Amino acid sequence: MELSFTQGRWNYESWGGFDPIPSSNAKPPGVELWAVFDAPQHLIDALWKNLTHTLSGLFCASINFLESSTAYSAPEWSFPPASGKLRYGTLPREAVCTENLTPWLKLLPCRDKAGISMLLDRPSIYRGFYHSQRLHLTSTGSGSEGMDPGIILEQTLTVVLQPDSQRASLAHASEKHIQPSWSLSSIFGKQISGRCVLAETSNVYFLLDRGLVAELEHIHKENEKSEENVLISEKFWNNPSFELSAKPDRIFIEESSLLSKNASVLYKFEIEKYGESEPFDLGLFWKTPVVWLCQQAPLHANRFLMGSGNERGAIAISLKSTQSSEGFMGSNSNDERCELRVDVFQVVPWYVKVYFHSLQVFVDQQPKAVSDIIEKIHVSPSKDKVSPGVMELVLTLPCSVSSAVLTIEFDKGFLHIDEYPPDANQGFDIPSAIVSFPDFHARMVFLENDSLNKSPEKSPVMSYTEVLLVPLTTPDFSMPYNVITITCTVFALYFGSLLNALRRRVAEEERFLKDK
Amino acid sequence: MLIRATGQNLRLAYLRSLESLDLVKQIDVSEFLFSGDIAALIYLCNPFTIVACVGLSTSPIENMAVVLCLYGACSRLIPLAAFGWVIATHLSLYPAILIIPVIFLLGCGPDSPPRKLFLQRHQQKEVLNQSKLPPGFSWGPIIHFAFWAFLWSVYVLVLCGISLKQFGGLWEMFKSTYGFILTVEDLSPNIGVLWYFFAEVFEFFRNFFLIVFHVNILFMILPLAIRLRHRPCYLAFVYVAICSMLKSYPSFECTSFNDVSLLEMRALNIARLGSHCITYACNMQFSLFLFCGYVGVSLLSPVMHNLWIWRGTGNANFYFTTAMVYACLQIVLVVEGVSAMLNHDRKLRILITGKPQDAKS
Repeated sequence: MELSFTQGRWNYESWGGFDPIPSSNAKPPGVELWAVFDAPQHLIDALWKNLTHTLSGLFCASINFLESSTAYSAPEWSFPPASGKLRYGTLPREAVCTENLTPWLKLLPCRDKAGISMLLDRPSIYRGFYHSQRLHLTSTGSGSEGMDPGIILEQTLTVVLQPDSQRASLAHASEKHIQPSWSLSSIFGKQISGRCVLAETSNVYFLLDRGLVAELEHIHKENEKSEENVLISEKFWNNPSFELSAKPDRIFIEESSLLSKNASVLYKFEIEKYGESEPFDLGLFWKTPVVWLCQQAPLHANRFLMGSGNERGAIAISLKSTQSSEGFMGSNSNDERCELRVDVFQVVPWYVKVYFHSLQVFVDQQPKAVSDIIEKIHVSPSKDKVSPGVMELVLTLPCSVSSAVLTIEFDKGFLHIDEYPPDANQGFDIPSAIVSFPDFHARMVFLENDSLNKSPEKSPVMSYTEVLLVPLTTPDFSMPYNVITITCTVFALYFGSLLNALRRRVAEEERFLKDK
Repeated sequence: MLIRATGQNLRLAYLRSLESLDLVKQIDVSEFLFSGDIAALIYLCNPFTIVACVGLSTSPIENMAVVLCLYGACSRLIPLAAFGWVIATHLSLYPAILIIPVIFLLGCGPDSPPRKLFLQRHQQKEVLNQSKLPPGFSWGPIIHFAFWAFLWSVYVLVLCGISLKQFGGLWEMFKSTYGFILTVEDLSPNIGVLWYFFAEVFEFFRNFFLIVFHVNILFMILPLAIRLRHRPCYLAFVYVAICSMLKSYPSFECTSFNDVSLLEMRALNIARLGSHCITYACNMQFSLFLFCGYVGVSLLSPVMHNLWIWRGTGNANFYFTTAMVYACLQIVLVVEGVSAMLNHDRKLRILITGKPQDAKS
């Protein structure tokens, strides 16, 4: 099961989309919940209802809105471990605040009173661009890996913050950003003073992405002709590029990945050694300006609405190639028929009635036949007020694609006045679509002698598109009584006048016959 | 074509009945307008019909089934009538109430003045010529009709069942077609008044109002049948008119059909009853008002729809107002049509009995 609360949108262009961090931690805005059940098929919906209610009470959020069948769906192959027993639901409009963070923190052994979570200063977290708290629950009931049957709970809080030094000089930061100098105390206003006594291990990791490592080595080579591996030598604080304020306990280098010859560097700081008297404060000071961008996913996914008026429109998903895609294609371009596989999963609520037959594909601005590009498609059309419309696609695009667009048309429905949210004229949300690239796996493996540091979960590179806001026609909410009385008046008019016309002659006839 | 044939049948029946009333001399037969032809022309040239065909809707097919049924009943072609009735009911639920006029048509024969008149007439002359009386109510054709209707409906249901086996079978079909009509699930705006009503009504009362609105149609069957049983063709057209007005998802096509049917009946009534009648005859009083009303509504309604949905400057109330005016116009049309027919019968009665006109006419 995975539950995530997110506020803000992950900026794939600036913050990357290829590493494990974006792939597993970039979540759609609002609440996202998916769960795989180990139960007979007919019981799963009831179990899902129970789950949503329980989580809603636990996290002070309105996850119970996901209980009705119009809110969740059952994707077939978009989530790898599934097969009919997975249920997926999202609430795009859910706001995340400290009331959701507090129960999440309560699940930690020391809450936010001791250990690393002491850093979680609410104002600094909520001042950032993006924050997301994620809960991942796995049950190892089978015990196949030699572990005792139990439940593994993994909690992740992802925050994207802007250091003060960069905030001041934000004039020209459009594409590439100069790396800012920061420290934990400057961002959070606190330092870590000791570890949580209930924790088995308490560590802080500092990761230098492989692109950054390549950039730094490039700078070294330009400046001095010295040896490589300056970063991992013991005298690392003589590094010409940057300086760390604390000494790492261990340094890991990523196993050479297939796609680039550079390796990420991971520094590990153990908090056990620090305490009240000697708090831990990690700071990074750049000696020379370094410009670097995170690596992005092969195609950048965007989604937008087309059309005007409140009767019909169209949804378009556009995939544009990014700069880092050249690196991928280089390794695969041995054969001319290299193809890039893209999976698209989209759920659309029932009041946006999508016409799946109107799906069109444009590759490099040329319309293509649907059967050329789409390898597999699974569609579950929406039923009014019963279930949403689900679309799962597998596309195979040529590697040299520069842009691909999928368009699909829809009609807008009309709801009962009870079904509109309080601010009806704002519109309704279509949840994010998931675009994933199964050919590429986002993982980093760090080996140090005999122990495996980061567990290499095989998860494909995933990105979420934007949430769409669809305005629907609204009736006049102030008029229920008026409408009821006026309509009933019309019916009474019909009833009365027709009966009168029928009745009148009968009386005359009777009078006439009596006279006779 | 069928409308024309039905009109011809009715005209012949009318002539026959008038003959038996010895009124032929008093009527100028040449003034009989060719009601069937006019009705067919009006139907085909009606802008509503043309617009409905352009919009690729299937309601002309439903109307054709209804006319087929009535033509078959008028011409005593019982299998055809049964087929038309079954198909019309299958396509939309409301023609099911046409079973009553069809029974009358098959039992009594086409439109004729009430039997009382014949009896009165002949009582005065003290001549009882049995051959001139219209035939009484006979059960034979009814049973024949019931058999054929049963046969056709079994045939249709079996075909539907076979073709829908993988989609849930017959029950699913009934739920989706009849259930949809009866429970008004889809609230998209249309020219009727029920969509806005069911979008705004409170959930607590929804079932109650559903029942009330559908019973409104059913309730009028009996009084109309009692009053107009000697004119089953006209009864059928009045039923069609009421259905097109009160159904859950009306359309312009239904209106054009009932317009034309009522006009045809009125064309029959325009037959002069001789110089004894004042020219009032049975014309409707509100014809100009209704005509202008229809033109106005058909012009304003798309404008209001555009304002509300496409431009966002209007409100749902604008469009709903045009729908309400439309409903009122149809009410006036139906009520005046029924009054006109009843007036016509009164005139006939007065002619026969020779009594002076009542003060209240």
